[in-house]
Amino acid sequence: MNAETAVAAALFTGVVAYAVLGGADFSSGFFDLIAGGTRRGAPVRTLIDHSIGPVWEANHVWLIFVLVTWWTGFPRSFAAAMTTLFVPLLLALLGIVLRGASFAFRKFAATLAQARLFGAVFATSSVLTPFFLGTVAGGIASGRVPAGGGGDPWSSWLNPTSLFGGLIAVGTCAFLAGTFLTADAERGGHEQLTVALRRRSLVVGVVTGAVVFTALIPITRDAPTLSDGLTGRAAPLVVVSALAGLATLALLARHRYSFARFTAVAAVAAVVSAHEEQRNEIHR
Amino acid sequence: MALSVVVQLSSLVAEPDGLLPARQQMALSLGWHIVLACLGVAFPAMIIVMHLRGILREDPVALGLAQRWAKVSAVLFAIGAVSGTVLSFEMGLLWPGLMGRFGDVLGLPFAFEGLSFFVEAIFLGIYLYGWGRMPPKRHVLMAVPMAFAGIVGTFCVISVNAWMNAPTGFRIVDGQVVDVDPWRAMFNDLVLPQFAHMWIAAYMVVGFAVSGVYAVGMLRGRRDAHHRLGFTVPFAFATVAALVQPFVGHLLGEDLADRQPAKLAAFELAGTTESPSPLRIGGFWVDGEVRGAIDIPYLGSLIARGSLTEPVPGLDTIPAQNHPPVNITHWAFQTMVGIGLLLMLAVVVFWVGRWRGRDLLEHVWFLRFCAAAGPLAVVALEAGWVATEVGRQPWIVYDVMRTAEAAADRGGLWWLLGTSLVVYAGMTIGAVVVLRSMTRRWRAGEVDLPSPYGPQARLADRGAGKEEQR
Repeated sequence: MNAETAVAAALFTGVVAYAVLGGADFSSGFFDLIAGGTRRGAPVRTLIDHSIGPVWEANHVWLIFVLVTWWTGFPRSFAAAMTTLFVPLLLALLGIVLRGASFAFRKFAATLAQARLFGAVFATSSVLTPFFLGTVAGGIASGRVPAGGGGDPWSSWLNPTSLFGGLIAVGTCAFLAGTFLTADAERGGHEQLTVALRRRSLVVGVVTGAVVFTALIPITRDAPTLSDGLTGRAAPLVVVSALAGLATLALLARHRYSFARFTAVAAVAAVVSAHEEQRNEIHR
Repeated sequence: MALSVVVQLSSLVAEPDGLLPARQQMALSLGWHIVLACLGVAFPAMIIVMHLRGILREDPVALGLAQRWAKVSAVLFAIGAVSGTVLSFEMGLLWPGLMGRFGDVLGLPFAFEGLSFFVEAIFLGIYLYGWGRMPPKRHVLMAVPMAFAGIVGTFCVISVNAWMNAPTGFRIVDGQVVDVDPWRAMFNDLVLPQFAHMWIAAYMVVGFAVSGVYAVGMLRGRRDAHHRLGFTVPFAFATVAALVQPFVGHLLGEDLADRQPAKLAAFELAGTTESPSPLRIGGFWVDGEVRGAIDIPYLGSLIARGSLTEPVPGLDTIPAQNHPPVNITHWAFQTMVGIGLLLMLAVVVFWVGRWRGRDLLEHVWFLRFCAAAGPLAVVALEAGWVATEVGRQPWIVYDVMRTAEAAADRGGLWWLLGTSLVVYAGMTIGAVVVLRSMTRRWRAGEVDLPSPYGPQARLADRGAGKEEQR
């Protein structure tokens, strides 16, 4: 294994770790967003405060790790991506900023009105950030970042692969977060909450699965290299991710929440790995 | 004449659209983040001292202060974490030329900084969670890695900046960066004094700012043990820092004449090489001449060169296209030095007074000064960064890469700057509102500050608000 492969492997690990750990963190915000009115949503929001309070901003370290490894290991490809995809990257950055700040603000807010304002900002930006990061991944995977940089600032991420990439990122992370929150709720002995979160997670899981399958058609047309890879070299990972996703749904349906967490992580890790594997192939 | 016009024109043409807004953007986000970074570096140490005092002397006042400070630092750390993430994005987004060319030289300290941030965040989480849940001594130990990680993080970030001033750890052969030695780049010649200067500055900023909060409380007549202790501990930290800082700063600037003569000339407003050089206070650089400065003979040579005769090399010895913006650099530098000396004087006056049996905390004017000392220290901090950063221009990597070469050739960055101003203003307002509401509730006797969504708070709100009925 030469140094370049080692750095690529480290980068790859970082992306998977951020997708799994940061993704679960971020998408708690999705359930915050759909939790309902102030009173109805209070148990979910309190649970979210408890679940992500201790890990908090720590998972950003994976993002910083990815950025640093990327610019250290592959400075030119980093500069190329930064000069092309700066719009979605900036929007993701805005999301990270608003989310981190408003989560802390909400925790110590004095009144309900304040908490609702900060909470709304927190939840919305939590959903938008994975979406924009997903469009970035889509832009790279569909070969829209020229090696010299300076690609089209709009079409590089406003295209079928990117948009589906964004939706899939939101969906898979929300499914992951939902599984974790359900397990947390059960462990905390909140029966009603467990039931509600289980139902929502199942819906999210089914919808995400449907989106992934729908996405296959436009992606085949829009990014042939990506789809070739996904059906070729990376096919085993795609199968693993589908099986793990189905297993998670089954475990959720059968109230085996602690186990469901593992299969959910496996599903997301496999999706990201398949994608990454393919991206490496394109860059080679 | 014609030649210089050509040079000027070509430098204008070569300047990419993204340069000026990118510089303003970087100044805004760095200038905002550095204040919070100071809190991440210096506040944990003060919390540990307070907490230890609470445990060892069984002092409930000290324990209460430590717990409150920890909660305040949680809010500030959150926005510091996100504004730090902003910076790691901006390195690539605003300066693709720098990162594309030197990313591998600079990667190491950034990687360690990421790691120390991770440690800091994790242990702050554990420390906050641990109140009332862990044995006291083990609990206070949890804050130690947090404080240590803050220091390591500062070292790493400063090492990058020091490298930009004194680049090393690579060679350029035929325009290619070769022989990259990231460890040498990280431990460059300037990193130790520059780190020391910033580390101590963090203690000045936080020490004066936190003690200032309690000085305001005393001004409003709240003179209990809580306020006295809340003032004294951070003020003691600030005292040590303010006494040491001028010497450390002097050490940092000692060989500036050899290292970055243009920066020194701008600091000292030296238009021509004079032997001995005067210390030039105030004044402006207008059309290649110094106007309106107060000169103190000999002192310039003595401070900058450590000699009575050795001159400060003048700006006339340096090609005009390598001059930094002279006035900004000069004024920023003198603002920093002036405030630093004022703060040093103030702590000396306070402790001498105390030694002679006079408590200056009884005096309204001293308390007012203490209330202003925090903001003054922040101004000095910002001025110091302006002085070193603007003073390095037109280089981003001194003598190796011009800032214009590093910037992106791209429009629309003014929009980014405008948006950032709004977002940062919003975050500042949010932080102020939340922190003020926390102090208000603490003063009203609340201890835990439960989340508004929590069960106890909802019951309390139900009587008061209409929102619940929706």
